[in-house]
Amino acid sequence: MTGQTHDAAGAAIRKREERKDFRSYAWGAGLALLLTLLPFALVHWPAVPHLALLAGIGVLALAQMIVHFRFFLHIGFEKNRDDLLLILFSALLLIIMVAGTIWIMASLALRMAMQ
Amino acid sequence: MSGETIKHPGLNLGCAHGKDHDAADRMLFGFWVFLMSDAILFGMVFASYVTSVNATAGGPGPRDLYDLRGVFIETLLLLASSFTFGMASLALKYEHGKTRLVGWLAVTLALGLGFIGFEVHDLLSMIGNGGAPGRSGFLSAFFDLIPLHGLHVAAGCIWLICLVGQIAVYGQDAKVKLGILRLALFWHFLDIVWIAIFSIVYLAGLA
Repeated sequence: MTGQTHDAAGAAIRKREERKDFRSYAWGAGLALLLTLLPFALVHWPAVPHLALLAGIGVLALAQMIVHFRFFLHIGFEKNRDDLLLILFSALLLIIMVAGTIWIMASLALRMAMQ
Repeated sequence: MSGETIKHPGLNLGCAHGKDHDAADRMLFGFWVFLMSDAILFGMVFASYVTSVNATAGGPGPRDLYDLRGVFIETLLLLASSFTFGMASLALKYEHGKTRLVGWLAVTLALGLGFIGFEVHDLLSMIGNGGAPGRSGFLSAFFDLIPLHGLHVAAGCIWLICLVGQIAVYGQDAKVKLGILRLALFWHFLDIVWIAIFSIVYLAGLA
């Protein structure tokens, strides 16, 4: 008898947890869709200056990446999240290598064009 | 309980899966390390694309070749497949049975194959319009980056088919569960790389 009530309570908790997990994916899909439609619309119907448009595309892309990490991959700020540290470290490596490469090559192109 | 600790990236199976949940911890972190190294690889290919985007050598440039509509459809297909893979993960975690799990995986596979189909069509029409990989440095870099992602998606599709086979033969045992969790990480990761591709390559190229 007590075992049965225990099972029922466990099932209710699981049901609640499942709804929570489902909401995570639903929110993720909704927000990602919004963050996809926005930049495509901005490019399809150009209304803002070129540089502002590029900056907007970048910001929206970054926002959508964070949405994917949070809602699809469930990365958060809980304790002992080595995965988050690894993302941040990889992002640091990427910034150093990618920005460095682009900087050097752009500088090279500029100097070659000047001669 | 909402207080249950999250041990690894992606959907956690939770205590109800006992030993399988414990085994997932190290296995998925290891796979996460691989994904981050893959991200570095993609980053360097992005760098080579950005540095050679102006190197058209008198050939066609982004504006002449890119088709926003095709990219938009591909983006929606991949996003939808991320969501349906999430539903497959939920079916696995809450033990809704084989049919629902395989059903969501099959929908995900169909969306992934649809993505590859549209992408191949776009690339072929680019080549038809004089945008072959050998035409210029810009096109070489483009055909380095986009098919690299496409090959990843194709590998994910093959992996998915193998997993469905494993589910059919072994049922949802520990190894199969961990395989599905890892493929989920891979799939969501590829969608994140695609965000960078459609933003940096296509949208910025057409802006």
